[in-house]
Amino acid sequence: MKDLLDKRLVVVTGKGGVGKSTVALALGVKAAEQGKRTIVCEVASQERISHAFHRGNVGFAESELGPSLYGISIDPDEAMREYVLLSLKVKAMRDLLFRSKLFTYLAAATPGLKELVTIGKVWELALDERKVKGGKPYDLVILDAPATGHGVGFLQTPRTFANVARVGPIATQAETLHRFITNHRKTGVAIVALPEEMPVNETAMLERDLTRTVGVGVDRIFLNGLYPERFSPADDEALEAGLGKAQGPARDAIGAALAVSRRSASQRDQLGRLESLTRAPVTTLPFLFEPEIDIEWLRELAAVV
Amino acid sequence: MTSVPELARGKRVLICAGPGGVGKTTTSAAIAAGMAAKGLKVAVLTIDPAKRLADSLGLPELGNVERQVDPALFTEAGIEPGDGELWAMMLDSKATFDEVVTKHAPDEETRDAVLSNRIYIELSSALAGSQEYMAMEKLFEIWSEDRYDLLVLDTPPSRNALDFLEAPNRLLQFIEGRSLQVFLAPTGFAAKVAGRGTSMMFSILRRITGVDLLQDLSEFFGSFSGMVSGFRERAAKVNELLSDEHSTFVVVCGPQSETIEEAAYFRGKLAEQGLPFGGAIVNKVHHAGGALPDDAPADLRRHLGDDLGDRVAANYEDYRRLAERDRANIARLGEKLGTDAVIEVPYLDQDVHDLAGLMEVNRHLFGDA
Repeated sequence: MKDLLDKRLVVVTGKGGVGKSTVALALGVKAAEQGKRTIVCEVASQERISHAFHRGNVGFAESELGPSLYGISIDPDEAMREYVLLSLKVKAMRDLLFRSKLFTYLAAATPGLKELVTIGKVWELALDERKVKGGKPYDLVILDAPATGHGVGFLQTPRTFANVARVGPIATQAETLHRFITNHRKTGVAIVALPEEMPVNETAMLERDLTRTVGVGVDRIFLNGLYPERFSPADDEALEAGLGKAQGPARDAIGAALAVSRRSASQRDQLGRLESLTRAPVTTLPFLFEPEIDIEWLRELAAVV
Repeated sequence: MTSVPELARGKRVLICAGPGGVGKTTTSAAIAAGMAAKGLKVAVLTIDPAKRLADSLGLPELGNVERQVDPALFTEAGIEPGDGELWAMMLDSKATFDEVVTKHAPDEETRDAVLSNRIYIELSSALAGSQEYMAMEKLFEIWSEDRYDLLVLDTPPSRNALDFLEAPNRLLQFIEGRSLQVFLAPTGFAAKVAGRGTSMMFSILRRITGVDLLQDLSEFFGSFSGMVSGFRERAAKVNELLSDEHSTFVVVCGPQSETIEEAAYFRGKLAEQGLPFGGAIVNKVHHAGGALPDDAPADLRRHLGDDLGDRVAANYEDYRRLAERDRANIARLGEKLGTDAVIEVPYLDQDVHDLAGLMEVNRHLFGDA
């Protein structure tokens, strides 16, 4: 695990519903346990961090979640505001800008700008010397990236902006961000996947797009929700035979055992496919039989990520 | 418990909405395949760039036009669809946006100005709501051609199902920002009217963005302003179609409390906007009987031996806890939705990746299980 948590920024990505937030938080818990000053960033106000840590909304402030562990929910409007504050030193100019309808409108309407300032905030958090007044540096920043339903668009925003803007402050800033996320010494990427046929195919495509199109290095693939191997092939035969004889609740229990066993076998086929289709090493994470995610579970998961 | 044929009765458009990662694409494909198997001419539109639907229907690639799924696949899966046909299309959001611009541009000059604008080319896919709106646009277009008995729309893989409903307004607000043109035009009458404050604003903005970007943005917003009325009329028609009595929204979700909450919230928003709600489909549900009675462990040991019997009993307890969670969540969903039109699809032992798999899902969706 040394490779991934020794980066300055780790981007956790993958399709919706695969457990990205859980993995990002578990990585955060693990890094903090190693004594690293760590912050987990979520975007699009999901407030999953608040949920898992039973706290009030984390919001745009860097909130302490535990020893060495912090969380932030990056709101693009706040990030935009901060960007302007940091770029315009003259207060009168800033005030004029913030009061202006035109600015508000442009900030909201310019396509991709929200993504750009969000990545900008992540970069700021990862700086050795923070730009924000009184900001202390972090050893590790973990980004729970938006779902990749729209392809690799999010991580590609800086380069796209650099191309569109050509010259000027935004172009310079966008180039800095692009260089930062493609600097494999500093930035690592982890993809979270599920052990099912189509998610595995999509993960292979995502890895290819991230490395070829965006130019980031993919360090790790987490295969989430792997059922335990509770029953051997010999067990399965005994279960099949038992199913014919048993009745009532015993029969239900044997049926459930067979279902888990079949799922587990098909998941292991998918694990094999994933390993053959992707280049990054695959780490498996166990299926959660507990009803909902909490901090205890995160600690357990932190031990295996 | 209800079934898809009941939800789809008398409907021409069925929209599958829901949060990401709940199997919307598979559900949409299964519904379309099932209705085709019942003899209807059905088209399913999907937006997923991951070509999931293409995979599942054995189509090499779908492109921005409908393609018919080989009837032989139905025969192979043991189905005799009669007059039924299954067509599928994967939406190319950018190509649709180009078509829309071409349609609404007042003249060729405006059209070319938009289509060649670098911000449009590079960033229009990042425009909030554009993918969602383009899905509706394509739906409307195909519906207008009146070639199918039923259209099934698989909504884009947003994190939030609500993005879909908000898309037309977001895009319209964006296009209607006519005042921008006045402010952004750096010279001429408009600048004079806008006065000194604006030129000051402009110079401050330039400090942040750079000259080129501001120029491109100005052209980008400016060229769109000529298309406002066209877009608005079209959006109104699209909305008419969505709220029509022959359309219905089906919410797809999983049994976890998060996706259940989102489904319930979405249903509320549908009601607010006067859009028709059909029911909910809950995927990947764990089913189990009641707790094991006292004599069951002994029973299991007798049938399976001590070791295996104990492991089966322990496994069942885990499984039952999941099933109980799912049952409680689904009951809560039913209450929140105020309907018993909730269809459950169990967590199947095998993945769905072909027509036979879709028809297996349909045993549950169509109530033949």
